[in-house]
Amino acid sequence: MLNIKNLKASLEEEDKQILKGVDLTINAGEVHAIMGPNGSGKSTTSYVVAGKGGYVVDEGSVTLDGQDLLNMEPDERAAAGLFLAFQYPVEIPGVGNMTFLRTAVNSQRKARGEEELNAAAFLKLVREKAKALKIDAEMLKRPVNVGFSGGEKKRNEILQMAMLEPKMCILDETDSGLDVDAMKLVAEGVNALRDGKRSFLVITHYQRLLDHIKPDFVHIMSDGKIVKSGGPELALEVENNGYADLLNEVA
Amino acid sequence: MAVLAQNTEPMLAGFSPAPVSGWANDARVAALANLNKTGAPMRRDEYWKFTNPSTLLSENPEAAILGSDESPVFDSFDKLLIVFKDGIYQPDLSDDLTGKNLEIQTLGDAMATDIHWAKEIFGVLESRGQLPVARPFAALNTAVAEQGFVLRATGKVTKPVAFRYIRSAENAKAMIHHVIKLDAGAELTVFESGAGAARINTCMEIDVACNASFHHIRAQGRDHERQAITHMFGVLGKESIFRSFTLTVNGLMTRNEAVLEFTGDDAKATVAGACVGDGTFHHDDTIFVTHDAVNCESRQVFKKVLRNGAIGVFQGKILVKADAQKTDGYQISQALLIDDDAVFLAKPELEIYADDVICSHGSTCGATDENAMFYLMSRGIAKKQAQDLLVLAFLDEAIQEVDNAALADEIRGRLAGWTERHR
Ligand SMILES: Nc1ncnc2c1ncn2[C@@H]1O[C@H](COP(=O)(O)OP(=O)(O)O)[C@@H](O)[C@H]1O
Ligand SMILES: [Mg+2]
Repeated sequence: MLNIKNLKASLEEEDKQILKGVDLTINAGEVHAIMGPNGSGKSTTSYVVAGKGGYVVDEGSVTLDGQDLLNMEPDERAAAGLFLAFQYPVEIPGVGNMTFLRTAVNSQRKARGEEELNAAAFLKLVREKAKALKIDAEMLKRPVNVGFSGGEKKRNEILQMAMLEPKMCILDETDSGLDVDAMKLVAEGVNALRDGKRSFLVITHYQRLLDHIKPDFVHIMSDGKIVKSGGPELALEVENNGYADLLNEVA
Repeated sequence: MAVLAQNTEPMLAGFSPAPVSGWANDARVAALANLNKTGAPMRRDEYWKFTNPSTLLSENPEAAILGSDESPVFDSFDKLLIVFKDGIYQPDLSDDLTGKNLEIQTLGDAMATDIHWAKEIFGVLESRGQLPVARPFAALNTAVAEQGFVLRATGKVTKPVAFRYIRSAENAKAMIHHVIKLDAGAELTVFESGAGAARINTCMEIDVACNASFHHIRAQGRDHERQAITHMFGVLGKESIFRSFTLTVNGLMTRNEAVLEFTGDDAKATVAGACVGDGTFHHDDTIFVTHDAVNCESRQVFKKVLRNGAIGVFQGKILVKADAQKTDGYQISQALLIDDDAVFLAKPELEIYADDVICSHGSTCGATDENAMFYLMSRGIAKKQAQDLLVLAFLDEAIQEVDNAALADEIRGRLAGWTERHR
């Protein structure tokens, strides 16, 4: 599904390399987790894969089902089946959440040569998915993420993911700032999308999200590289001993 | 005393300042004297430093290519339609001049009468608005305008009065003057639409009595080379409401001045506008709101989207006199610059002599938010469409000042059309 090979990327504005050779292969249906200290390059990895501006790829490749993502615009990557749930979802005053969702869903359908959803079909779908995430009608009417609490923003990300039905979902610290109940809701939303084919990359600081979204593989990132990979037990090791021991071990 | 004419001849050319006999005579003579005293505006004048008046001062405007294929704005609304072609009223294209709770007459017919209620307003509000800032194009209008309407709302006027300014000549000049009076408790909505002429000069004097409510919605016409210089002079009585919104799409030169004065307590006024320009486009909103009564609320909300060398100007003033306690004044002017060539020049001013007052003003200008762009695109929305969404979102704060959902939606639709054509 997603193949990241020797990815090196720097900031456009200053001569500073952030990603120093990331290697990661995620097969269809798999759930991978990336953990690692603050500033190790987890968000940057997700941004470069999704196509955010401000970074220069120095080396390496990223493919999704064989398609070269790095040559695509962010919207083309989305249409190809990539989704990034943002660590910090962006507030967009003046653009209604519903308008946004509908434009996004239909843009992707159009790009894939599928028929656009009509207003009624869209409304039905969005209501159904919103309900499961406890997102009320009032929240759907408001401008995108404006005045949303931290938890509401994260649920709104999962709603977008549910509506867009991507192949490859990257979740960047979707658990941060959530209380236990909100985290369960988000985890349920993610698990509802697990169908054996769809793949997930869950970026997190804490083991607790991984209690709910069970990963097949866990990777530890440090200073722009994946320094250790293993099974779910690696997350528990981090939880119990912190990163310091792990990083000393690989250093 | 000899009148000192300062190069006002080109302004007057083609119009006859010959005084009519009758009640309007004094006001016209006084306006002409005033114009000759102040002279034509010059770049060095404080309120013309951002907008070069020379375009508007030439004897004849450059020819403006006729028309766009655009369907008439506000056409789907029930209204009393009044059509002007190249600045001349067209009775055969217009509806009959009758309306519930409405007295309506051409300015010419009104001026031909011996006495008229309009005497209390015509040229009176305009000359009051000449202090402290001279407005020579408004004085010119009072001095020479023969076209226009005199409206009086005596109660709730059910149908909006819709002035539609159409064109048939490439280089016509139009001079239109409307006098509007709302009696106590009356309600009136006025639409204005269309470019009207290669150069149009409109002046509207509006007297809003206590508890009355005046709404004004304007769309200035899409012709690229058209020029417009407009003035609105409003006086607000106790507990009255005044709302004005202007949509400007294209135009070589537009200067819209609004001069409002609160004379009765507890009144509310909003002047708002959304403009979009691409290329040779110069748009200037010059607003002066005077609070001279207690507990009044004024809002100025202006949004401009500029690209490709387009220039936007905002000069907005709130003057709060010493007795105008509990004034709530709000002013915001913002420009979205789509590229590095666009320019926004703003001069927000507050002058406050009362102590128990809330006044806020803000002026910003910036480019499209990159983070918002990436967020939208990461959801599959193409760059151009994402840009359009953000442009329309930016303008929406001004459109929300329109107090009618259907009208606001028509304006949104016109703007969406523009963003699609200008990518
Ligand atoms: N746009 C940027 N400008 C400056 N520094 C950046 C930028 N993006 C990332 N960085 C730096 O790159 C490093 C990795 O950041 P990030 O990917 O956000 O880490 P993580 O998500 O693992 O906490 C940090 O040192 C961060 O300060
Ligand atoms: Mg991060």
